[in-house]
Amino acid sequence: MIPAPFDYKRASSAAEAISLVSEYGEDAKFLAGGHSLLPLMKLRLAQPAVLIDIARIQDLSYIRDAGDHIAIGAMTRHMDVEKSPILAEHAPLLSFAASHVGDPQVRHRGTIGGSIAHADSASDLPATTLALGATYVVQGPNGTREIAAADFYIGFLESALAPDEMLTEIRVPKMNGATWGFQKFNRRAQDWAIVGVAAWKRGTESGVGLVNMGSVPILATSVAKAIAGGASVSDAAKLAGAEAEPQSDLNASAEYRVHLAEVLVRRALESTSK
Amino acid sequence: MKVTITVNGTTHESDVEPRTLLVQYVRESLGLTGTNIGCDTSSCGACSLHLNGESVKSCTVLAVQADGGSVTTIEGLAKDGVMHPMQQAFMENHGLQCGYCTPGMVMAAIGLLNENPSPTEEQVRIGLEGNLCRCTGYHNIVKSVLACANNK
Repeated sequence: MIPAPFDYKRASSAAEAISLVSEYGEDAKFLAGGHSLLPLMKLRLAQPAVLIDIARIQDLSYIRDAGDHIAIGAMTRHMDVEKSPILAEHAPLLSFAASHVGDPQVRHRGTIGGSIAHADSASDLPATTLALGATYVVQGPNGTREIAAADFYIGFLESALAPDEMLTEIRVPKMNGATWGFQKFNRRAQDWAIVGVAAWKRGTESGVGLVNMGSVPILATSVAKAIAGGASVSDAAKLAGAEAEPQSDLNASAEYRVHLAEVLVRRALESTSK
Repeated sequence: MKVTITVNGTTHESDVEPRTLLVQYVRESLGLTGTNIGCDTSSCGACSLHLNGESVKSCTVLAVQADGGSVTTIEGLAKDGVMHPMQQAFMENHGLQCGYCTPGMVMAAIGLLNENPSPTEEQVRIGLEGNLCRCTGYHNIVKSVLACANNK
């Protein structure tokens, strides 16, 4: 399967990328690693007239300790997130989740920024960064702004990014010794999660993100509130479905997804994944 | 669009349509048909090759994305008629049945050992999660990769 014809432009800086997308408007799409976009284009589910390749913007590939948070350039590949010593120390939930994206070949190409900007509720990193209370930095023609992960996902494959804006950085608060778990329930290796859970807990503070439990990645705030109120993990986990609106599909009914979410949230909060 | 891509040590300057997939480029423009197309949806791994030293699924990479890069396909492994140790290990351990997944499996396995030279059996199985064998010949594939790692 070959994508429909398109023009290919290559940006060497974020400013150039934004200037290009301003020029071509909604006919243009950014191309990062291409592992979400190219499959859609091959199926002709997406037919952008112009692709703006941003994967070579070297300034956007980094992982830095920025004091209270870790700053990750949007073009940082999953494999680099997975293997980062800085993330292993300060945000191990994120590097562990990145190691479960697709397979090694996919992780050599796909980027954290591409995955988040694609805003697929079935992807692992949107829900994981949501659970961690991340902030996304986006750049547009008039400068940069910050969007809280909790405000970013607004509909199926739809985000708060304006058409002429580009995600440039992901800021993940340091986990400061929180216990954490990442649970991905699927039938075969490398599949998307039927249900996934990214969760951390530090005393009565916690954050729980759900993968594939609605049209957007879900922040399970009822679970966190229950834990803050002194509930046990197993009691709090029973509220996992409170914010979710899961779909039924060939893999699982909505009811089964809620059941899975409750079990996986409990497991994710009970122990640190290995 | 003009691209310069080094494939198996030879630099090619080609004019490609932007929508040309890397797998199409190596198979149809260069005639290197050892790289197979299986699922064509980045699931099966049959089209795995190395781009700048790392395994990738060439059905989901555009040739223009490989511009300026270095590609190794299964044809680039043997040197002077001597098979690459991984190819040898697959042969000696019966790591292939029908052979369709084999080029991608070998490329992924070499990529795996480049990143983790002494993997455990579990690490080999997880490391090859992106490659499917419809003959279900995984047992001997894993054995082949471990044999190659141990022979180094």
